[in-house]
Amino acid sequence: MKNLFFGASKNILLILYLLFLAFPLLWVLSLSFKSSMEIYSGIPNLIPLAPTTQNYYSVFFDQNILKSMSNSFIVGIISSIGVVLISIPASYSLVRYKTYLNKGILGWILVSQIFPVILIMVPLYMILRNLGLTDSLYGLSIVYIVWTLPFVLWMMQGYVKAIPIELEEAALIDGASRRQVIFKVIMPLLLPGIAASALFAFITAWNEFFFALVLMKSQDLITLPVDLARFTGMEGQARTGPLAAASIIATIPSLIIFSIIQKWFTSGLVSGAVKE
Amino acid sequence: MIQKKSYSSFDINQLKLLIPVLIPVIVLSVFPLIRGIYLGFTDYRLGSPIQFNGFDNYVNMLNDIYFWKSFQVGFLWTFIVTFLQIILGLGLAVLLNSKMRLTKLSRVIILIPWAMPPIIRGIMWKLMYDVDSGVFNYLLIDMGIINQPINWLNSFEWAIPSIIVVGVWGEMPKAAIFILAGLQTMSKNLFEAARLDGANAWQEFRYIILPHLKPVLAAVISLSFIWNFNTFGLVWVLTQGGPGGTTRLPMLAAYEEAFRYGNVGYAAAIGNVVVIAVSVALYFYLRHQFKQRLV
Repeated sequence: MKNLFFGASKNILLILYLLFLAFPLLWVLSLSFKSSMEIYSGIPNLIPLAPTTQNYYSVFFDQNILKSMSNSFIVGIISSIGVVLISIPASYSLVRYKTYLNKGILGWILVSQIFPVILIMVPLYMILRNLGLTDSLYGLSIVYIVWTLPFVLWMMQGYVKAIPIELEEAALIDGASRRQVIFKVIMPLLLPGIAASALFAFITAWNEFFFALVLMKSQDLITLPVDLARFTGMEGQARTGPLAAASIIATIPSLIIFSIIQKWFTSGLVSGAVKE
Repeated sequence: MIQKKSYSSFDINQLKLLIPVLIPVIVLSVFPLIRGIYLGFTDYRLGSPIQFNGFDNYVNMLNDIYFWKSFQVGFLWTFIVTFLQIILGLGLAVLLNSKMRLTKLSRVIILIPWAMPPIIRGIMWKLMYDVDSGVFNYLLIDMGIINQPINWLNSFEWAIPSIIVVGVWGEMPKAAIFILAGLQTMSKNLFEAARLDGANAWQEFRYIILPHLKPVLAAVISLSFIWNFNTFGLVWVLTQGGPGGTTRLPMLAAYEEAFRYGNVGYAAAIGNVVVIAVSVALYFYLRHQFKQRLV
């Protein structure tokens, strides 16, 4: 009897949690299919009485969200490829060599988490301007590469550690060069880590707001979060529906990618050093 | 031949592999950071020359009510959001760790706030808090709890509680997932032994789960504290720091100083104070947590 009570109350508790967590998305999803008349009708239905796709139409054709979406997509792709390419040899070298450089990099990984972005923002802006990389999708991508690097390096070196050193020694004895060892032996074994890192970098770029807000000025180069933030700035009743639709569109890629990487992500963070 | 057990000072082969990482990190992270810290000791304004002015910025801060106000709001926000997200996240993690019918579905649902771009979190809640079309006003009026719609994000009393709810909603899943990962490293035997000894659910939690989670919790609390203190985008979208600076967190204050008023030196000085404040808070917290080990 007591167990039954505990079981039931646990379930109720969990349902309350889930309602709290899911409700905003459900509500906004519902808003996105309502006409503005229904939105302001004063009847809070979760299921729209007269569903319409007008808001989505207006987001794509009147607001031209496609431009900022494709900018976000380009930046996400460049930065995820970039960060993976440079972190494969780097994470390998961090595991296989033990020098003062390791301490330097580790120190940087920790320090980079503590300092607020505002401190580096202005100097970063000036450096990028000198390089001609402000208001440029490449410039923004490079910033994101550096920005995601601490986490990617941390995660990747966990994967490298799990690779038995005997495999490499065998390859070296067979006459393989160091380059061949990295690309032919290590890389294939790192694929899960590479995939997780790439997706993580993509989603970080897709979600990021502050750098994009400061570094990008031209209307046709801004990324999706900045575009949507500007969109909210413009008050007015007619905007609620399109804004809801735009929020849903921006959330979908993040949700899909997150559900894929979630497992690797947390185990990568927590283990890091485990797995012999 | 490959692995060197002891630290050598330097290895040219390692440097070759690290160069592609070192160059961007030094140019775009280490250098700007050092430069930024230095700017906090100058009177730099956008467009004018940079001049070292020692501790002038910090002396000015002492008399700057906007600065004090934003730090007050910053600490209030950070303590409450971190506290609630850890408590609620811990509860959620424990629930998810026990076998229940809903666990599979739950693991998808808790991703929703976490995965979402922070800007979108803000937009969604802004739509729900809306005076005319927001769901909260509808429901509360419907239930007869309030007569007039409340302008949640624009009211002096409600703005802070309103953004805190959004902050907890957005950050709690992250805490829950990390705590859950910590819980899953516990061996089942521990629980069985405790049951055999007649421990009830609370005792099990208090004497077995909590001690085991101590290091994970310390890490999650520290990171959340830093992240929450540095919140920007979410509150930027929700209130822009208003009404009347009630929700102006330190990062919003620094952003305004730098990019609205052009006081880059002063903004950097605020950044420096944030780093020191956060470090001091974490130092005391971690020292308290790991006292035994430090002795």
